[in-house]
Amino acid sequence: MAESMKVDARDTYCPGPLMELITYMKQADVGDTLELLSTDEGSAADVPEWVEKVGHELVRNEQIDGVWHITVRKAK
Amino acid sequence: MHILVVGGGTGGTILANNLARRLAPEIRKKKVSLTLLSASDRHMYQPGLLYVAFGEMSVDELYRDEASLLSSHIDFHVDPVETFRLDQNEVLTRSGQTYEYDILVIATGSRIVPDQVPGLKEGAETFYTEAAALKLFQRLREFEGGTIAVTVDVPHKCPIAPVELIFLLHDYFKLRKIRDKVHIKYHYPIGRIHTIANVAKWAKPEFDRMNIEYETLFNMKEVDVENKVVRSEEGTETNYDLLIAVPPHRGMAVIEHNQLGVGGWIPTDRYKLTMDGHDNVYVLGDTTNLPVSKTGSAAHFEAEVVAENIAAVVKIGSPVRDYDGKVYCFIEAGHDRATYAMFDYSNPPDLKPASKPMHWFKVAYNQMYWNSVRGLL
Repeated sequence: MAESMKVDARDTYCPGPLMELITYMKQADVGDTLELLSTDEGSAADVPEWVEKVGHELVRNEQIDGVWHITVRKAK
Repeated sequence: MHILVVGGGTGGTILANNLARRLAPEIRKKKVSLTLLSASDRHMYQPGLLYVAFGEMSVDELYRDEASLLSSHIDFHVDPVETFRLDQNEVLTRSGQTYEYDILVIATGSRIVPDQVPGLKEGAETFYTEAAALKLFQRLREFEGGTIAVTVDVPHKCPIAPVELIFLLHDYFKLRKIRDKVHIKYHYPIGRIHTIANVAKWAKPEFDRMNIEYETLFNMKEVDVENKVVRSEEGTETNYDLLIAVPPHRGMAVIEHNQLGVGGWIPTDRYKLTMDGHDNVYVLGDTTNLPVSKTGSAAHFEAEVVAENIAAVVKIGSPVRDYDGKVYCFIEAGHDRATYAMFDYSNPPDLKPASKPMHWFKVAYNQMYWNSVRGLL
């Protein structure tokens, strides 16, 4: 399996982790996976909510040493 | 030592003037040369476009001749770069010239790409170019009632602009005494009304007070121009009489053509502001791929850091400080009130209530900008 592209949105407030993820998801091809790194507590909930609503696939969502690692596969 | 700056917008101009001041002795002794290449002989104050759309600023107030803003120590040419040869430390320009450098700064900015959303170009108004702002002004003047839908695409320049647009729309129609005939619906890509949590927290009661309808998690998929419907990737849709869009942006085509970064955004170290893999190439403002607001303010603070570091490299052989992510954005909260958001990598913004003095400070800054790009503020 190809390595996920990392989107490093740690310690940023604007445009913020989910906006960053959306930007890179638009550039990705269907089937690509992206790993979002975020220190924003809200990301653990708002990223999965967006992923589900749009219809992408949530692969991983876990916090390691204060950083959320959220992996998403582009489905459409 | 040849220093080459590519891009004559906010970042490139502030950087060049700041460097000209710091390296004046070296430039006079011809130990250093400082060249600025731009695609235009005019410099636009881009935040003014939103005022133009509401008839609060005239078009000629948006521009100055770029040459009039620059120190005499800067060798300025209107000659856009077409080819970057980073492995040979040189660039080729449209006129056929080759410019060699020891240190390169890339500050080419961003552009709107409405073509990426079907129907957007034909069906929506924007305010990101002079022509678009003037057209929106006319559309607003002629608007007598109905639904105005505001949509926000990703990524976009100036993340504060969408909420400012809403506040200005509310006050504009209130002053025309037809606010009760205008339904304003705001659409935003993520799960709250602004990406900065504290801005969203501050703006939400303002939206409620102004009777603004809002839909979050709305990423524009297409505009059905014939039926006046805008649809989202999330499966929802809104009917409109007037659609105003914050369109998607990309970096400049020259960045993409030279394969310097996907989407035209150059991979950049968030502290050093150097291009990944190229220690003698700095990147400024919208051109970076940093998770930092694409605003003149970010470009300004980044330019100050890069200028200080390049000057230090010339004088002592080493950079002296990191960029801390600082951004300061005014937020117009209507036609006569404003607040601001200031933040960096470590500290979120703490918004104060909007006030008239802050609005007048913003109005004053619209003129003070010209001193700012000259490096005097």
